[in-house]
Amino acid sequence: MAELALERPVQRPSRWIAALRRGGPRLWIGATLVGVLGLVALLAPLISPHNPIEQDLMSAQLPPAWADGGEPAYLFGTDSLGRCVLSRLIYSARTAVAVALIAASLAAAIGIAFGLIAGSFGGWVDQLTSRLIDVWMAFPPVLLSIVLAAVIGAGLTSVITAIVVVDWTRFARVVRAETLVQLQRDYAAAARVIGLSRGAILRLEILPNLIPLVVTLLSVEMGIAILVEVILSFVGISVTGDTPTWGGMIAEGRQIVYQAPWIMALPIGCIISSVIGFNLLGDGLRTVLDPVQRR
Amino acid sequence: MTTTLSVQGLHVAIGKGAHSANVLRGVSLKLQPGEVRGLVGESGAGKSMLGRAVLGLLPANATIAAGRIAFEGRDLIAMPEPERRGLFGRRIALIPQDPMTSLNPVKRVGAQIAILLRHHLGLSKRAALARAAELLSEVAIREPRRVLGLYPHEISGGMRQRVLIAMAFACDPSLVIADEPTTALDVTVQRQVLQLVERLRQRHGAAVLFVTHDLGVVAKICRTMTVLHAGRVLEEGDTADVLAKPRHPYTRALLAATPRADRPAEALRPVPPALIDSLWAEALRLDRLSAMAPS
Repeated sequence: MAELALERPVQRPSRWIAALRRGGPRLWIGATLVGVLGLVALLAPLISPHNPIEQDLMSAQLPPAWADGGEPAYLFGTDSLGRCVLSRLIYSARTAVAVALIAASLAAAIGIAFGLIAGSFGGWVDQLTSRLIDVWMAFPPVLLSIVLAAVIGAGLTSVITAIVVVDWTRFARVVRAETLVQLQRDYAAAARVIGLSRGAILRLEILPNLIPLVVTLLSVEMGIAILVEVILSFVGISVTGDTPTWGGMIAEGRQIVYQAPWIMALPIGCIISSVIGFNLLGDGLRTVLDPVQRR
Repeated sequence: MTTTLSVQGLHVAIGKGAHSANVLRGVSLKLQPGEVRGLVGESGAGKSMLGRAVLGLLPANATIAAGRIAFEGRDLIAMPEPERRGLFGRRIALIPQDPMTSLNPVKRVGAQIAILLRHHLGLSKRAALARAAELLSEVAIREPRRVLGLYPHEISGGMRQRVLIAMAFACDPSLVIADEPTTALDVTVQRQVLQLVERLRQRHGAAVLFVTHDLGVVAKICRTMTVLHAGRVLEEGDTADVLAKPRHPYTRALLAATPRADRPAEALRPVPPALIDSLWAEALRLDRLSAMAPS
């Protein structure tokens, strides 16, 4: 007979370790991409080989170091003004990360507030908010950003404002729907029966149930914020002057794409990997944070 | 001694105008302190609706058309919302029907009990958790400290129901409404849960309104009982009297339809459809009469 009795209780891995395991490769790839992006942005002055705005017209449009005619000092070559492409890519990450963090968080805060109010009050409050969101979403976001930039001037503030003003609806709609669903659950009724006020129920009972959803949305939204920043800086209404941005680099590289394709290709690669990173991270975190799946 | 719960002539209708349907047609009921009342009836008799009306949990499309609900002499319907919230969970508690869905899935058991204790008794977080552990050992949960740190999906259905019972009696309520608390459990667990409710009731001296369709449960723990059909009280009295000498033909038919171990299965007779038809006809006649009567 096989020995069936266990000497000790089975050691179960801790909840967090189990949860992180469940996140799977998505979580790891996403976290790595986003982590690298964050580190690069944070450590830009330390790791960039050159000053990103330093011009060296003598060595303009150098190809990457591995190509014919490349110089080891400029790993990814130089642009038409002889500025180091690698350094500019690194410094651009700062703008992208700053926009992603601030704009997505603000959009989330506003959207969650509106969503909770609409979902819990119902009636005309819900009708009003939902119609507002419908009308809002029908408005072209790029046009809105250009109008905003014209009103409050170009710059990081107007990029962030534009993203927040446009994208809070994304959070509001999803949070409203989920609030409606959660409020129908028995535990919400049970919370009412223990005498909690509406605010307390939303804060203590409903909001914790929304976290997996909000984290996913937030992560995806950060990817979208990066894209919007790229679009706006491509058309030249993002940060002004010398501050490098991926969008700005694409715009510059577009004019000389036949002579120096790497100037345009490299920022595009950065954008794609950042956005994919945020999307995968969001996906992975959703499984990690959902306690019903914590088995 | 004031009557714990007094319901007088309660009419509840679902829907509006021509499409409305009565679910309670003038129900009156009195519960003395410490009394355990069984509220029985078939599906759709309005027994759950009565419990929900007392708890202020009627669905959004249901309205109290007439009648009075008084708790310890205070009118619950006219009472302002903050005052009602002070009563629910502390003086009036609910043992919900479905233990699977009545706990918040994303909050640890301890945190959910602590919310209740902190809200009504003003305990600190630490004191609330210590008290929660005591409450859990009172409902015969072993290792209460460990269970406090678990999520609802990590404990069994019977254990969840015991947690909910502990929460119901946590603040020494004088009225507990048990809405079919054993329906979702299997028979062996049912017995434990019933014993537990009975023991806690005696210890805390609460009156219990036990909503059920199980006459066996009523015979076991309820001193008095009320038979409800089509939103009307057909019969009420001491459980022993009603079960031994049922006066209303419906009660008699209900008893004959209850499976018993000491009777052959062939002795089971369903409630005669003609009887149900005549009861419904009478209920609808009453509806027409009250609709014609000047309000």
